[in-house]
Amino acid sequence: MNESPPIKAAKKPRAFVISPLRRLVDALSWGLAALSFAVLIFALLHILVYVFMNGLPAINLKIFTEDTIGIAGGLRNALLGSLVLSAFALLIAVPIGVSAGVYLSEHGEGWVGKISRFLSDVLVGVPSIVLGYFGYIVLVIGFGWKFSLLAGAITLAILMLPYIARTSEMALRAVPQELREAAYGLGCPEWRIIGQVLLPAARIPILTGLLMALAIALGETAPLLYTAGWSNYLWTGHFTHEGVGYLTYVIWSFIGEPYQSAHQLAYAAAFLITFMVLIINISARLLIFKWRR
Amino acid sequence: MNKVMPPIRFPFSWGLGAVAALLPLSLIVIIIFLLQAAWPAIAFNGWGFLIHNSWNLGNMYADPITVRGIEVLPRANYGVLFLIVGTLLTSLIALALALPIGVYAAIFLAEGLRGWPRIVGSFLVELLAAVPSVVYGLWGYLVLIPFLGKHVFPWLAHTLGVVLPIFRGPIGGGYGLLTAGIILALMVVPLITASLRDAMVATSPALREAGMSMGASRMEVMRRIILPGQKPLLIGVAILALGRALGETMAVLMVSGNALNSLPSNIYDPVSTMASFIASQLDSAMQDPTGMAVHALAEVALLLMLISVLVNAAARGLLWLSGNRT
Repeated sequence: MNESPPIKAAKKPRAFVISPLRRLVDALSWGLAALSFAVLIFALLHILVYVFMNGLPAINLKIFTEDTIGIAGGLRNALLGSLVLSAFALLIAVPIGVSAGVYLSEHGEGWVGKISRFLSDVLVGVPSIVLGYFGYIVLVIGFGWKFSLLAGAITLAILMLPYIARTSEMALRAVPQELREAAYGLGCPEWRIIGQVLLPAARIPILTGLLMALAIALGETAPLLYTAGWSNYLWTGHFTHEGVGYLTYVIWSFIGEPYQSAHQLAYAAAFLITFMVLIINISARLLIFKWRR
Repeated sequence: MNKVMPPIRFPFSWGLGAVAALLPLSLIVIIIFLLQAAWPAIAFNGWGFLIHNSWNLGNMYADPITVRGIEVLPRANYGVLFLIVGTLLTSLIALALALPIGVYAAIFLAEGLRGWPRIVGSFLVELLAAVPSVVYGLWGYLVLIPFLGKHVFPWLAHTLGVVLPIFRGPIGGGYGLLTAGIILALMVVPLITASLRDAMVATSPALREAGMSMGASRMEVMRRIILPGQKPLLIGVAILALGRALGETMAVLMVSGNALNSLPSNIYDPVSTMASFIASQLDSAMQDPTGMAVHALAEVALLLMLISVLVNAAARGLLWLSGNRT
């Protein structure tokens, strides 16, 4: 019997041997990646849980039905003040911001558009406290409005403008070119195309942008400190010469007070503002997510 | 003869452009008014404003005196070197912490997770940017400061402090440079992670396949091929994050210890940043009957604005060149 020579086991090709050092570096990198991610998630959850655990017990009916008395009482004035300030800021910022978005998307290729877009991007980077100081100098002192709703709302509006313009521009750019061509082909004037074709087609992403801007405005403190001031009373409907309370102010100024009642109000305010910002963010996400499907 | 004059027609886009112009116009108006408000202070302070540590409103109860034709309080002096140093140091510490964490978290999101976990994970990281600044301040003040001051800083001083002098004590109460840097890092990290993750996910699969076919592991493809390709984006986004950290107000105000006229001698020392200083000082500046303190704060605001605008313009320019508009 001829025994065939035993087949030599094929040697594993050199290239596929991963050296221990490479394995180690790989494992370390994965470890670092997971750790970095975990640190961020932990920090976020810690902040949210901390605010909710301390804020929820501080919430009671009094918070919504009574105004602040010194450092006690409720938060009705601040809660409504926050909402009214943001609402008027939106009212000012939406027409300008969406118009800017439309202009940049439809006519933004020229030098005017390029410069506007650059300045708008730069405006995003202007610190909110600088906007607040500008509001103080020009609106509060210059126009003599004192600490007031209008001064606060205009300052917030300037803060929101570039975000709204940016998201509107992106939303409109995503509308297919064929829609525009079809509308122009039917002889539509431009205002009709924008009003009846483009804006309706892009309404969901634009709305998402508005919601995000609203969330930013609700959470801001620095631009309001020296424009909206503070008031222990419910807003009476005056636009100037009367300060307005807002929730973020309560958090900042009451937590430094050495009294339990002040801390409770600060926790309640932190809970309310975080809850609102969170809800707005989540609904904006869901909105855009569903729309993309 | 009734000649019908054709109605003058403005194209619709002009009207649109006019409303839209309010946006860039507001930036220009802000610069002009800040410059105007700061002008008396600029004239009074000169270059000393940038190189001295001497913020002093002067004697509030004395009669104003006239210096170089400008009415000020006696012994009034404005030098904000400590603010410039504090602003730059806190932001640089924030960037030094946020950059590696942000990059590795982006790698984890882009390469380690897929499907639902990736969507939820990305959303959670981006929520860090949605938490209001003042809530960060509250959390920093009540949670982070006691924790760092009691546990982390003493340990850092005993270990790193032996080798590096800036980590040596005294560690203080937990308020200060490093605490502000950590809070700022949390606030700007989503910017880095989100844009890098998007860019990594969008990288052509061909690059990945080519790397894999050479026998590289997934992490090696990431570190050696995909990450280096994102360098321009990463630099741009890092500068953008720096710009955001420079102007952050409330959180820094609540955790930085608000130093006045002193430079930090180690990494635990209290500092002030320009933004937090404006927020904390306007109340007392309003008491100055000559108005010079308000002008000087306007000069601080102008300086902060100039720095942020320069930093932002640089970042936008870089992102533009690299074909990203984030």
